[in-house]
Amino acid sequence: MTANLVRVTVEPGGPVVIHSAVEIRTDDGTEVTSDRVAVAVCTCRRSRTYPLCDTSHRRTERRASSP
Amino acid sequence: MSRQLSTPTPGGASLPEPRGPVSSTVVDLLATPPARGRQHLRRGRRFAIEADPFGEDLTLALHLCYELHYHGFTGVAEEWEWSPDLLRLRALLEHRFATALHDLVDTPGDPVETVASALADLLVDRLPVDDVASHLKSAGEWWQAKELFVHRSIYHLKEGDPHAWVIPRLQGRAKAALVAVEFDEYGGGDPRRAHAHLFAELLDAAGLEDGYLHYLHDVPAPAIATVNLMSMFGLHRALRGALVGHLATAEITTGPSAKRMVGALRAMGAPEPCVRFYTEHIEADAVHEQLMRHDVVGDLLDREPWLAADVAFGIQATNLLEGRLTDHLLSSWRAGRSSLRRTPAVDDRTERPA
Repeated sequence: MTANLVRVTVEPGGPVVIHSAVEIRTDDGTEVTSDRVAVAVCTCRRSRTYPLCDTSHRRTERRASSP
Repeated sequence: MSRQLSTPTPGGASLPEPRGPVSSTVVDLLATPPARGRQHLRRGRRFAIEADPFGEDLTLALHLCYELHYHGFTGVAEEWEWSPDLLRLRALLEHRFATALHDLVDTPGDPVETVASALADLLVDRLPVDDVASHLKSAGEWWQAKELFVHRSIYHLKEGDPHAWVIPRLQGRAKAALVAVEFDEYGGGDPRRAHAHLFAELLDAAGLEDGYLHYLHDVPAPAIATVNLMSMFGLHRALRGALVGHLATAEITTGPSAKRMVGALRAMGAPEPCVRFYTEHIEADAVHEQLMRHDVVGDLLDREPWLAADVAFGIQATNLLEGRLTDHLLSSWRAGRSSLRRTPAVDDRTERPA
């Protein structure tokens, strides 16, 4: 494997996971950096911490009755 | 083992008050040099067979045995960690605990299917949410948030540690990805960003003690049992699948509850370090969830598919014990009671965040 290749995985309906530190520039010009070993970038646009994933893409279900 | 080798641990936590005959046996024993005490152990084994596997006594006794593998206790000889007599008693306690868990979790059908459906189930947010964070957000009070911090201090001050034991038992992508998660838990090379350190800052900001196991005396069995589960999974290579299932469950479920905690704590006007611990977990666990599900669970089961039943057990046992802790907290608070064994830890119910 080429040493400089960064692994990127795509979660269907969820974030794109980039296995690297990143600097992200969003469409409104906001710059966000992440120096974690990996970062989950939101693609559903529902994240309250956009452009970072906050798991808001997850499916919600309403229970039949309140416990 | 020679008495000269006995090295009392400096610092560390002090041994807690026993909660029954089994924990009393272990506390008495640890206060002596390791060569002695065989009779105490025989007594402990007799009581261990009778004790409630989720009760205060057995849960604390098992926690004391496990703590010898982390930081130990003040004045307790480090050699106790590998005392064959004590390990024999610990094995009996673990057997009681593990058997009770297996009796309560449901693992029918194909284990690979069970893992897939259990993980898929965790990925659905069910409304209305009836967890501790949503209670704190809708009806919670600051003293209840502080009690939650006290319960969780038993784990969060060693966050990541029980899972580090699984590293040498993994291979390839599963190992690399789990180490990446752990590196993040430990602050990515910066001790000030370690999750255990962030939790110590949370405790301090909330006006609580931030010493390691400072609150072991105050915390009841339902919270201690969640930590015993991780230690048991971490210490046994045979339970590596369960450890991985446990960590995947924790990483998947923490993000949404951390989001609700941020809302609850902001509404209460909690100090910023209290909020920061949870904002960090929203962002970190969104990443960790992906690594755990695809790279750790996925790769482990490709290599060792026979571990699927253990992964499923790890997921279900975690859900079971977390559910019991939630029930304990919510039923105590809804009845207007403290959820702690003694209330001085959080004694002023009218206090507002500083």
